[in-house]
Amino acid sequence: MSTAIMVENTLNPESRKAQKVSKKGKGGFNKRTPVSWLVVAFMIASALAWISPLYLAFVNSVKTPEEYTTTGPLTLPSQISFEGILHFWEKADFSLKLWNSFQISFWVAILGVALSFFTAYAIGIGRVRGRFWILGLFLVAFTIPGEALMYPLLRMAKMVGLYDNIWALIIIFAVLQSAFGTYLVSSVMSDFPMELLEAARIDGAGSWRLLKDIVFPLVRPTLTVLMVFFFIWTWNEFLLPLVMLPSNDSQTVALSMGLASGQYTSDPTTQAAAALVGILPTLLFFLIFQRTLLKGVTMGSVK
Amino acid sequence: MTALTSDKVRKKYKNSNGVYWPYMVPGLIAFTLIVIVSFVWNIYLSFTKWNGLGAPKWIGFDNYAKLMVDETFWQSFLHSVVFIFAMAIVPTALGLIIASALFDYVSPRFGNATSAASRAGFFLPQIIPIPIAGLLWTWMLSSQTGIVNKVLTDWGHPEWAQNWLGDAKWAMFSVTIVLIWIQVGYTIVIFMSGLARADQSVHEAAAIDGATWFQRFRIITLNQLAPEIAVVLLTTTVAALKVFAPVYVMTQGGPGTATTVPAYYSYFNFIQTSKVGYGAAISTVLAILLIVMSLVIFRYQNKQGENR
Repeated sequence: MSTAIMVENTLNPESRKAQKVSKKGKGGFNKRTPVSWLVVAFMIASALAWISPLYLAFVNSVKTPEEYTTTGPLTLPSQISFEGILHFWEKADFSLKLWNSFQISFWVAILGVALSFFTAYAIGIGRVRGRFWILGLFLVAFTIPGEALMYPLLRMAKMVGLYDNIWALIIIFAVLQSAFGTYLVSSVMSDFPMELLEAARIDGAGSWRLLKDIVFPLVRPTLTVLMVFFFIWTWNEFLLPLVMLPSNDSQTVALSMGLASGQYTSDPTTQAAAALVGILPTLLFFLIFQRTLLKGVTMGSVK
Repeated sequence: MTALTSDKVRKKYKNSNGVYWPYMVPGLIAFTLIVIVSFVWNIYLSFTKWNGLGAPKWIGFDNYAKLMVDETFWQSFLHSVVFIFAMAIVPTALGLIIASALFDYVSPRFGNATSAASRAGFFLPQIIPIPIAGLLWTWMLSSQTGIVNKVLTDWGHPEWAQNWLGDAKWAMFSVTIVLIWIQVGYTIVIFMSGLARADQSVHEAAAIDGATWFQRFRIITLNQLAPEIAVVLLTTTVAALKVFAPVYVMTQGGPGTATTVPAYYSYFNFIQTSKVGYGAAISTVLAILLIVMSLVIFRYQNKQGENR
């Protein structure tokens, strides 16, 4: 599958570049000309422009509202004030939102990966009949827009008493994301050396032991990557939380941010603070899982 | 191997097949309930008139007939076309130029660190959850207190200041800019990894023969990246058709219906006005469109796999 191949390539984009540089050395066409200085200056300036909204959110979230009104959003704050941040944190009950988001994302990561792993085992190793169609169905399911499932899911959640309950979302996201996870894990599994599996079978290993002792250790890295993705995808979800979690106490970070957008228009420093504290957790994940995430951008392109 | 043993192996294998079925039972049941039942149910609802209370009333194709003459519905797809431009076409074009400039122009001259840092800058918006990106830009584009108007005024052009998200003339344009801002980092990262895969010796040979950077870009880079370009264009087009959160957060589809997209229009009917059947019909049309596109992607990827 080309996705798998692309994932493979993203693993190491720098190494070949490094080779290339060393091969060419100083001479030839890679000299630093005035034009090349212009190009690099332009690139860096553009990249800085790209991150400037974040910088501005940061600068203004620690300003007092009075200073924002008098000197505007572009100047640095004359004194650091956490008023905006604290105001938003309290008003939005942000600690609770963080905890809700964390719980949902955590359980989706665990359950979604477990579902992906078992289903993929039957498909990739067990090669059950009809596997091609099942995978095709899963892949197609992944492109169905949430709007086309949302209302029936809402009714179902109400029927079983999980309306306004984070477990409704945990179950739904675990299943939806495992459709993609199954596709990915089974494609990794079908590349396994058959001799190894055959040898274990001849040694009398049953399907459970095969799964536990041979297959699981081999796919564990993939499963870890998948967990990170499921966690972050769930963290960022908006539509289904919007529909399924009406009450303030069960809302997620992303949802409360989306709803906050119209709330603080007359209070720009609080709005900047909201954007900032909303970004911080994701920034933290990114710094922790940077490699995994960049590796998987192409993988996620199926989404 | 004799025919007998290979037969035996095959038979054994076939038997073992049954052993593996139980492992996918939980996954299949859950998938059936959450995806298949919901989707079929939604299609059923699209043939009914229902406000969510009591029993749905079967009305056949009435909702679809109404869609055909619903101006807002067609307008919403027109907006999707604009968003395909903002999320697929422009980021692909910009991504190609920036990625190859960083990869084979900046990197060899100024080092990997420079190009990696620039790439990280462009990629940053990709890691921000979309509702938060929407919040951030709502703040920056605010007509009263926003930074954009402030800068324009400070530069001596107060007449350029606009109600960016609240004026029907500008709302589409503003959302488009935000989507481009979000999306470019994705294409850059994919294209840079594609360039790392591509054979560099062709570039070097061409450069020695005196080809300019732009000639090499046009003739070699675009060819080498053809598979990535195709995948990126298709996947980002799918993403553009699904746009919901940016519109919900920044404009609520408005002012009026100036930025309404199919996903938002469907949500609006389902939840805001409780026209469940109509909302279901809109989402079914959108889903079918997306499923057809994903089948195209699926086929394309399989073909790629065979060719490699």
